[in-house]
Amino acid sequence: MKKEIDIFDKPENIKLLKIVSYVCLAIVVAVDFFIPRDHGHYPWDQIPGFYALFGLIACVLIVVMAKWLGKKWLMKKEDYYD
Amino acid sequence: MINAIPPGLVFIFGAFLIPLFKGRLRQAYVLLLPVLAAYCMISMPEGSGYIINFLGYELVLSRVDKLSMVFGYVFVIAAFIGFMYAIHLKECDQHVAAALYVGSSMGVTFAGDYITLFIFWEIMALSSTYLIWARKTQASHDAGFRYLLVHIFGGLCLLMGIILHVAKTGSITFTSMELSGLGTYLILIGFILNAAVPPFSAWLSDAYPEATITGAIFMSAFTTKTAVYVLIRGFPGTDILIWMGAIMAFYGVIFAVLANDIRRLLAYHIISQVGYMVAGVGMGTALALNGAASHAFAHILYKGLLFMGAGAVLHMTGKSKLTELGGLYKTMPITLTLYMIGGLSISAFPLFSGFVSKSMIVTAAAEEHLTWIWLILSVSSAGTFLHTGLKLPWFTFFGKDSGVRAEEPPVNMLIAMGIGSFLCILIGVYPDSLYTLLPFDATYAPYTPEHIVWTLQILLFTGLGFFLLLKHLGGEPYISMDTDWFYRKGARVFMWFISNPMAQLSTKVNSIVFDIIPSSLIWAAKNPYAVMKIASDMVLLQFTSQEKRVEIERRIKNEKDMYPGTINIYRPVGLTVLLITLFLMAYLLVYYLNSG
Repeated sequence: MKKEIDIFDKPENIKLLKIVSYVCLAIVVAVDFFIPRDHGHYPWDQIPGFYALFGLIACVLIVVMAKWLGKKWLMKKEDYYD
Repeated sequence: MINAIPPGLVFIFGAFLIPLFKGRLRQAYVLLLPVLAAYCMISMPEGSGYIINFLGYELVLSRVDKLSMVFGYVFVIAAFIGFMYAIHLKECDQHVAAALYVGSSMGVTFAGDYITLFIFWEIMALSSTYLIWARKTQASHDAGFRYLLVHIFGGLCLLMGIILHVAKTGSITFTSMELSGLGTYLILIGFILNAAVPPFSAWLSDAYPEATITGAIFMSAFTTKTAVYVLIRGFPGTDILIWMGAIMAFYGVIFAVLANDIRRLLAYHIISQVGYMVAGVGMGTALALNGAASHAFAHILYKGLLFMGAGAVLHMTGKSKLTELGGLYKTMPITLTLYMIGGLSISAFPLFSGFVSKSMIVTAAAEEHLTWIWLILSVSSAGTFLHTGLKLPWFTFFGKDSGVRAEEPPVNMLIAMGIGSFLCILIGVYPDSLYTLLPFDATYAPYTPEHIVWTLQILLFTGLGFFLLLKHLGGEPYISMDTDWFYRKGARVFMWFISNPMAQLSTKVNSIVFDIIPSSLIWAAKNPYAVMKIASDMVLLQFTSQEKRVEIERRIKNEKDMYPGTINIYRPVGLTVLLITLFLMAYLLVYYLNSG
């Protein structure tokens, strides 16, 4: 078997990736203060960084809602239909 | 030159020749089929062609316009990629089924009338069922039957709708229609069942993960997208579809959270993505319809790519559950990279295909001031990245090392994925390559600064949310109930009903019809005269005075004890003749009175 790749298992690489990710997050919010806003349809389009918050809340909302529905109701053992 | 054969028929007739070839020749032949079909398709003249007279109706086998062509193009591309991915198969059965399936899908796309459409619609259902059964496990056998039954139900709804609609309008031409009258509602039900609109969606998430690895690639492309095509053609601007689509988009995302099987997770995202298209059809503006068509085009390519990636993992590891996978990037980096191109495309990252197609529908919603729809579609976009772009690859290729070590898949699989990846990026980088094919007149520019920045904000902060919630997001070894519960559990109730109350009723009916009635008749026939006497006495008993009752009761008992006794009724033949004459005279009288 050929040599395995393990770049994502090295702690120093993981740390670097984390830093790059945070920088990216910061950049996309920062840029929002300087772009033209000609194509907005909604009032909230004028708030810089609105969509960052939107994304974060949407993500949490979906996970919480789905897990709650799953635990309370939808999730069954794998042999449920057998 | 002679008229080109409709591309659907190229696949369907071509399918029957596949078993004649062997080895390399067969591989070349199945790859040649889509090329040949593409050639025939391009050389078809615009307008209606291949008109066949059938029972006084004119069947139109090839209706060529920009709408049918845009679906035609992507179908031949998907067919080529699908066959490339499946070319290593030793048996030819799946190739034949796939070719029939592709051919019938293209037949639906180019059908100009309801009869042609219905015939191809049914071939689609049958041939795709085979791609599930060909997995040859008990689970696929059962899921295939459920899939077939649901589609037969949908097909019957469609047929009833077509018959009612054609009887009402007198025309079999398939064009856009107003939603009025039972006929059009039934047609719509037939269509949205194939588009997997909840509650008619469970067949998809139930069956696709049980299909063969290569069959699932074809299935992810054709059934739901022909349904999107017929919706664009038949029901543009039908308001109810807007909400159906939005609910669908969100529904798929919610169920994908709970999925543990990677192909089931992707199947739920087909439902979600087709939701955008259905909503676009409902809005009915030129931009929204173009959005539905282009999103269908882009979706076929990236969803095929995602299914190929998941299929490659299943093919090499034999596992498809998130709870059993992890750490595969170490040995399958190419598969991971190609999969991620599909993941970024479906998530609508800038420079990938979803970015230029999905945003048309979301923008159309905003332009129509459908704020709630816009909101639901935007939230679902975050969910799409969360699952197909983050959760699935994280727990399959990274995450906890499962100890599973697998090589890269066969080279034909990688080539097929490479073609898909190339097209996803091509459309993303050069959107005009797709936009020039679009059927309606609307211009759209995806690459504006705010669109890019806001999309990236939503996506990257969804990513942040993912890593914050990471420990809650792993697959769990459960299955989730969907609307298939009604027929999977419902079938049990039905079987109980059949084998208990209905079986008892049947025994009862049996004993009455075959035992009690014949034996009473036999008893009565032994001496009808005595029976009549007993009967008349019994009637008399009901109306008589108290003192006579005892006497009559004794007489009845006596008659019953004697029964049947000796039959000695003497009636001369003359009486019979007299009666016959009387009846004939009565008949003659009636006859003359009536005719006079």
